[in-house]
Amino acid sequence: MTNSPILTVDNLKTYFFTDEGAVRAVDGASFEVHAGKTVGIVGESGCGKSVTALSILRIVQRPGRIVEGAIRLRRADASGKRGEVDLASLDPEGAEIRAIRGGEIALVFQEPMTSFSPHYTIGNQIVETIQLHQAVGKAEARSRTIELLRMVGIPRPERRIDEYPFELSGGLRQRVMIAMALSCNPKILIADEPTTALDVTTQAQILDLLRDIQARTQMSVIIITHDMGVIAEMADDVIVMYLGRVVESGPVDEIFHAPKHPYTQALLRSIPSIFAEPRSKLPTIAGSIPHPHNRPSGCPFHPRCAEAMPGLCERHAPQLLPLSPSQKASCFLYHEPEEVAPA
Amino acid sequence: MSERSKADAPLLEVKKLRRFFPIRKGLLRRVVGQVRAVDDVSFHIKRGETLSLVGESGCGKTTTARCILRALKPTAGQVLFQTAAGDVVDTAALPKRALQPFRHQMQMIFQDPFSSLNPRMTVFDIIAEPLLASGVKSREQRRRRVEELLELARLRPEFMGRYPHAFSGGQRQRIGIARALALNPSLIVADEPVSALDVSVQAQILNLMLDLQDELGLTYLFVAHDLSVVKHISDRVAVMYVGKIVEIAETKHLFNAPQHPYTEALLSAVPKPDPRLRAERIALKGEVADAAQPPTGCYFHPRCAYAIDRCRTEAPQLEETQPGHFVSCHRAKEIELTGVEAPGIGKPS
Repeated sequence: MTNSPILTVDNLKTYFFTDEGAVRAVDGASFEVHAGKTVGIVGESGCGKSVTALSILRIVQRPGRIVEGAIRLRRADASGKRGEVDLASLDPEGAEIRAIRGGEIALVFQEPMTSFSPHYTIGNQIVETIQLHQAVGKAEARSRTIELLRMVGIPRPERRIDEYPFELSGGLRQRVMIAMALSCNPKILIADEPTTALDVTTQAQILDLLRDIQARTQMSVIIITHDMGVIAEMADDVIVMYLGRVVESGPVDEIFHAPKHPYTQALLRSIPSIFAEPRSKLPTIAGSIPHPHNRPSGCPFHPRCAEAMPGLCERHAPQLLPLSPSQKASCFLYHEPEEVAPA
Repeated sequence: MSERSKADAPLLEVKKLRRFFPIRKGLLRRVVGQVRAVDDVSFHIKRGETLSLVGESGCGKTTTARCILRALKPTAGQVLFQTAAGDVVDTAALPKRALQPFRHQMQMIFQDPFSSLNPRMTVFDIIAEPLLASGVKSREQRRRRVEELLELARLRPEFMGRYPHAFSGGQRQRIGIARALALNPSLIVADEPVSALDVSVQAQILNLMLDLQDELGLTYLFVAHDLSVVKHISDRVAVMYVGKIVEIAETKHLFNAPQHPYTEALLSAVPKPDPRLRAERIALKGEVADAAQPPTGCYFHPRCAYAIDRCRTEAPQLEETQPGHFVSCHRAKEIELTGVEAPGIGKPS
């Protein structure tokens, strides 16, 4: 494994231009994805984690668009030469991004029921994906599909391939979704809340499956979730987002055992734990997540932050800066505000 | 807390509750089978106590809750409720109309605070509606009670003229709680009350529920799938699988020393919020059984790592293995199961 990342997101800004004004869904997110590693993006609703994923694949719906930043994917071009392509600068309907989408970067959604067409068998839908990206015949695509279904643990795949999505349970449907995502040997798999709609025992099966496949294929995984438990189980590196910004990033062990940003610290304290004393009170974070149109000035977390410094945090926006070779945080507890940083 | 010790008789006792849903097929809509959604469920809840019903989707936990509130008519069984007057009524047997005097003593908190509040009503109208329905005619009286209720739910009373859309998910859930408390209920049935909320807000609502229980002596039936949430709020926990209770015990006993293999697997499957605890999970094979065609014997046997021949043929009964700890497993006494250990004790390095 080399040290250069396979995907670099650099100061990504995706805004939604609504009648009431621009919603800064992603407001300057930066992170890296390394080959064979899992990056976990965690945050609460409205933090921009899903829009980040949609931005990488260039499937942000109007009125949203990428207004700034770069998404650099390291890939070999047609002649086999290694190079980089900036996904943010591609035409979202062009041939290049369409080859990458579903090919080199695949996506698994949260809701496996609505992600399939109800009119076609699951086999049909996977065969179509394979033939779209690879020059193979129908028979070969079909036998590859059966192989894939077997790999994701679908019992009797030769029969299941001809079933419709409604005939499968939630857990099986999510397995089929993963099989479809894997059909073109992606370098990067983005899993957006892949287990949120599932029961715990099914969730455990799907997480094990993802880990298993990653160990075999050496693909990179970006897992997006609100569940700190899933992050702790799956991620190598963690990105914590709040209102469109990355507030902290670092290796999973440091995020959980030495969190630096007050939001990360408060979030970890406030999760109900299976180790808790029965009937014990939880530490809480004051207030609630602001409406996207009422974005606080300065650091977006300052109205809820127990350590906010008046005169500083509401006026200046902190930058994501390194605290150690591996960990970064965007908080004035650790950095002086820059002279030029505007609110 | 004084309420807790007051009465020994349980506030609610459910006996052999059943709710089947017929499966109809064909032109004549003939009944061809039954979905045994709730099948022979018995438990009790003491005054001031919180009992949680946990299990995966389709296990019958919500159907049980709805039968207790008589949103559904049970197919069989008794729901014995101790009324405010002190006598015990079987709400499962009463005709709908005769239920009216008791309805206000049991209230519900819903899962989704976005769809459970009418968007065209102000907060005042939402919370005052049950008051109006129960005959509080004076608007001034209603206004004062709504003010009181908003304060109980830690909301600012001056918000009562606003509409639900002006509130965040957590605030809406507080409005739902205020509405549930309007008529001084003794039993609150909360069906997944925090599962639609953000993590940072979940904690606030759980704390509020614990506070209100102490202040008002409320009794909770808490329906949830999230075991970490359940651990925080419950005195006792009942685990359901395919319409039956497989284990019921005090929270600590159930989590630390589960006696049913399904409970063990559930606990093991919960992702632990600590990367140093990445351990081998007990992976359950297969999927939850179909409540229309349950397996023979113990419903859990096809997925159970401890199953023996007897489990395939003979259905186990819920039996008391230790004081207050009931398990429905033939092998409960011979197998040794693992619960969740508190971090710090035997933490893997």
